[in-house]
Amino acid sequence: MAWNEPGPGRDPWNQGPKRGDNKPPQLDEVLKRFKERFGGKGGGGAPKRLPSGLFGVGVLLIVVLWLASGIYVVDEQERAVVLRFGQHVGTTSPGLNWHLPWPVEDVEIVNVTGVRSVREEATMLTQDENIVDVELSVQYRVSNVEDYVFQITEPDLTLKQATKAAVRQVVGQSKMDFILTDGREEVADETKRVLQDLLDQYKTGLAVTEVNLQQAQPPEPVQASFADAIKAREDQARLKNEAEAYANDRLPRARGAAARQIAEATGYRDQVVAKAEGDAARFDQLLAEYRKSPKVTKERLYLDMMQSVLGDSSKILIDADKSNPMLYLPLDQMLKNAPRKSDGGDPDYVTAPGATPHAGSSGSSDDSLRSRDRSRP
Amino acid sequence: MKNSTLVSIGVVLVLAWALVNSFFVVDQRERAILFRFGQLTEANFKPGLHVKMPIVQTVRTFDGRVLTLDNQTENFLTVEKKNVEVDYYVKWRIADAATYYRATTGQELVAMDRLAGIVNRGLRDEFGSRTIQQAVSDERNDIMDALRQSLAGKVEELGISIVDIRIKSINLPKTVSDSVYDRMRAERARVAADLRARGAEEGEKIRAAADREAQVTLAEAYKTAEQLKGEGDAKATDIYANAYGRDPEFYHFYRTLNVYRDTMGAQGDVMVLQSDSPFFKLFKNGAP
Repeated sequence: MAWNEPGPGRDPWNQGPKRGDNKPPQLDEVLKRFKERFGGKGGGGAPKRLPSGLFGVGVLLIVVLWLASGIYVVDEQERAVVLRFGQHVGTTSPGLNWHLPWPVEDVEIVNVTGVRSVREEATMLTQDENIVDVELSVQYRVSNVEDYVFQITEPDLTLKQATKAAVRQVVGQSKMDFILTDGREEVADETKRVLQDLLDQYKTGLAVTEVNLQQAQPPEPVQASFADAIKAREDQARLKNEAEAYANDRLPRARGAAARQIAEATGYRDQVVAKAEGDAARFDQLLAEYRKSPKVTKERLYLDMMQSVLGDSSKILIDADKSNPMLYLPLDQMLKNAPRKSDGGDPDYVTAPGATPHAGSSGSSDDSLRSRDRSRP
Repeated sequence: MKNSTLVSIGVVLVLAWALVNSFFVVDQRERAILFRFGQLTEANFKPGLHVKMPIVQTVRTFDGRVLTLDNQTENFLTVEKKNVEVDYYVKWRIADAATYYRATTGQELVAMDRLAGIVNRGLRDEFGSRTIQQAVSDERNDIMDALRQSLAGKVEELGISIVDIRIKSINLPKTVSDSVYDRMRAERARVAADLRARGAEEGEKIRAAADREAQVTLAEAYKTAEQLKGEGDAKATDIYANAYGRDPEFYHFYRTLNVYRDTMGAQGDVMVLQSDSPFFKLFKNGAP
């Protein structure tokens, strides 16, 4: 009776469809058998007259149906373990198979090549007592059907539990910065190793094919601070770049200014030398002529000069002997032509006799002094 | 006739019942124990079909696979008196079906309850002698290994063996995790300030270096420029001295005339002259 007992030994991972396929025929069969028996014996006088051949055909049909109930199909992705009176007697490959019908043998079909996956998303402690959010997915498949079916209850749930333990163990042995930056690969690999060890230890018959660390980030309450630290890194680079831009602007300009200064100085040197050479050559030639007839040349030069000096300017000739304090000088009219008058602008100076030329001349000498100062380095 | 039919049907049924009850099946996944009138007589059956006496002998079967105890989280105090929430699971299996039956009357729930009590006590001791950091990282595996060994004897009395005790997670209570967050924030703020200050430092260094280099470049240029100018002035002076030294008196005359010409007589100048200068002798006195 243990066979039918729905005790704790029933594997919850036992796939429904398979059992569904098997059981109804068995039940049908049992019912039929009973019906047959009662139909045959309890039917009153009729059975007596029935030919035994018909009974035989019925029994044969039942036997055929019973034997046929042992036929089952294993898909390419699947393997089936065969149990004879609960004892494992073999594992069958894909294709059409037959087992001794109930109650002698039974099969359990398991998908072995299909990749299954679980996700784990959790907040956990790191070695340096920080907290990180980690999200990872584990891909796995059945590697050993016998272990998967016989060794452990709920192997898939076990994998989930072991994943939680493994990832936390690995994260707990790593520093936060490592997990968040370069260590992702390593954390995933190490998790895979630890997880596989656990699965082997429990004989789950499962093999981990891949562990992906999909996300590793600081928890939500501190994300802003982390973002700011990343921004600070950008700021650091920006400040440096800005300074470099300044340097890149500053240095070529300075070099340009320096080159200009040197070029100007070179120009000045060449200019003064050339001018000196020109002046000297001119003087040399004039001197040669002067030596031929000094008096005439001197006179001529003097008169040339007077011509050029007096030619353009306004002149006032005063007879010194009969100097008269009432001498009329139309200064305002004369100064109209002078360039200073328009510059000065203020008519008060014009009406003040004597003051205007003085003020004008002193102003101009100041200017020239100043400009000389400026030209001096 | 009727009676005999009924009797034969009854006999067949009884025989069938007796036949069915003379066998029992032990599944690959199960452990079975056999009783004779309630007295445990045999354990350790191999999987397969077995014979027993109907009525006299009865059979109990238990799950022989690895089972899981996955409780709610438990709070433990660490050595620094911090409360941590520990989530763990225990993988166990029935090692000795007879002892297991005697200890738990074969009920998994009872077994789990006893096991949870034992493991909780063990974990409490282990956590009580460690800091959070040790528990989380360095000695996590030690805790689990030590516990598995130290509890092996105790669970043996239950007829079970522990395959593994594994801590799934160690979580800090909210007040502690808040302070951890505060610390993480402060640390990031420190990193951020440090980075920005470093950026400013580097920037300032680069600027200063550029300024210095520019200044040096300009100063060097000034030096060269002044040298060039001096060179020009010296050469010009030398040329002038050479030329004018040949007749200083004529040079004085000639140069003075040039100065007069350059500094006076521009358009707009007003010259007030005395008529008795030698220049006006002719002008004033007429032709001699």
